[in-house]
Amino acid sequence: MSAAAPHAAARAALREVARWKPAEYAFWAATAASWFLLPGQHLLLNEIAIFALFALSLDLVLGFGGIVSLGHAAYFGFGGYAAGMLAQAGYTDPLLGLAAAALASAALGFVTSFLVLRGSDLTRIMVTLSVSLVLFELANRLTWLTGGADGLQGITIGPLLGRFDFDLAGHVAYAYSLVVLFVLFLAARRIVHSPFGWTVRAVRGNALRAAAIGLAVDLRLVGIYTMAALYAGIAGALLAQSTQFVSLDMLAFHRSADLLLMLVIGGVGYLYGGMIGALVFKAMQNWVADITPEYWQFWIGLLLVLLVVIGRERIFAGSLVLARRAFGRRG
Amino acid sequence: MAAVLTNLFDGIAYGMLLFVLACGLSVTLGLMNLINLAHGSFAMVAGYAAAVLVNRYGVPFLAALPLAFLVGAVLGAVMERTLYVHVYRKSHLDQVLFTIGIVFMSMATVAYVAGSAQVFIHLPGFLKARYVVGGVSMGAYRLLIIAVCGVLALGLQFILARTRFGSRLRAAVDDPVVARGLGIPVDSIFTIAFAAGSGLAGLGGALGAEVLGLDPGFPLKFMVYFLIVVTVGGSSSITGPFVAALLLGVADVAGKYYVPDLGAFVIYTVMLVMLLWRPAGLFTRAGGR
Repeated sequence: MSAAAPHAAARAALREVARWKPAEYAFWAATAASWFLLPGQHLLLNEIAIFALFALSLDLVLGFGGIVSLGHAAYFGFGGYAAGMLAQAGYTDPLLGLAAAALASAALGFVTSFLVLRGSDLTRIMVTLSVSLVLFELANRLTWLTGGADGLQGITIGPLLGRFDFDLAGHVAYAYSLVVLFVLFLAARRIVHSPFGWTVRAVRGNALRAAAIGLAVDLRLVGIYTMAALYAGIAGALLAQSTQFVSLDMLAFHRSADLLLMLVIGGVGYLYGGMIGALVFKAMQNWVADITPEYWQFWIGLLLVLLVVIGRERIFAGSLVLARRAFGRRG
Repeated sequence: MAAVLTNLFDGIAYGMLLFVLACGLSVTLGLMNLINLAHGSFAMVAGYAAAVLVNRYGVPFLAALPLAFLVGAVLGAVMERTLYVHVYRKSHLDQVLFTIGIVFMSMATVAYVAGSAQVFIHLPGFLKARYVVGGVSMGAYRLLIIAVCGVLALGLQFILARTRFGSRLRAAVDDPVVARGLGIPVDSIFTIAFAAGSGLAGLGGALGAEVLGLDPGFPLKFMVYFLIVVTVGGSSSITGPFVAALLLGVADVAGKYYVPDLGAFVIYTVMLVMLLWRPAGLFTRAGGR
């Protein structure tokens, strides 16, 4: 028996996992159909698509990298401000803004990723939290640059591809966000099924053993963290461009907390969790906000507590297992 | 010079307050490895309770302080036995989600019951006096804070260092598994420590209402401060958090006075640097966890 046989078997198994499942086709077909079938809801749907991208970004860090982050809004807001300032300076092409936000956030993510390489969960939580707090304070204080508490005013965004103007009903914005989400999802899907993606999972499983079999642990974490920051920056830029406004709120703590909730609602570590979670979260927010707009926070809190006390797996047991099986995550 | 000393005095009062508020957190973190972001919620609820007692029912301010302790402690004990017990064995992610949930619920509840405006406790007249000693202006209220918190710190140090409960608690913090093996009732020690810590937070919330500002945003606003005290101070002694709280208080007051433009920026940056430089805290013993 040659050494190639188990190797080939492993290859085949990995390829099997990476294969597109029917549910995935259905998911994206439904997503595309929503643009045609729900034209009246495009503003809300656009927001959902943006948060889906943001949650996808956190899933890369938490679900694949195993880093508990309580400050992911830092990269979201950074990207938003980058895109907003670029537009303010007169460079109004949306794709240019997107690229600039991606670069800016990825650079910030790369630099700050070295801060989360070591340490316990608590240290990482506090480091990510303080990075976002420092950014929040900077944005709050540097009023000449960011507008402080008033936010960035007077952003105008040019037509998409030089042809499609952003409209008030959000038709163009939603199509734009959806395409960006889909493209970035494809990239993320490709990456998590690549050797890099599998070694990142190995690091999450046990960093010590991963290092012992010769993986460059730090490199994996820096890579996945930077990539997630890039995704978050693009999500922030999308929000900034489609609302034509950037405020401190984009960097606020509750963004990071809401994001965690979205991700755990949908389930961590199979890429679709964040997107499903964003949809459920926003739908719920819309529904509860109709009843008690001021005390919406209470119900989020209650949901968080119940999720943990009863057990995430138990609440969504059926649906989560089904979803994971359908979207192809094992275990 | 006098202004510097006055700032120093205010900073010390602020720091001691932070110590009383946060010391319970260092026990929960050290003992059960529990990330409790909701510690400030206990302080807030007890602070509001004290405000209602003083403002509406005319309870003297000084008598309201032990009542605030009681409110915090009872609330802490009930929450610990009913809810927190479920999350000790869960992942840190679950603990973070759970305690953020508690924070959100407490904030919304307080806003619903008491409104979202800042609440003030009516201080008795003798606390509004100011004394000037050698050019240093000292408010009676802050003197009271320093006195109460100083006595509490000494009392805590005595309990931890000299009593049977204290030595069991220290043993449990150092190694809960071995402590349990030796027959130390780690669970009930933890409940007591949790309740006492929440009670102290409640007392701090009532005592410091004027300095800290009581509003529904309290738990989030001070979450970071408490975490700084705990991570910088470590959880293996009471001296660590105490020194950390004093440094934080003095730095924060001085920062707000001398470089108001930077705001909380200085504190967050210092915390970031501290975390990277000494992730286990400034004052951890060698060999301790």
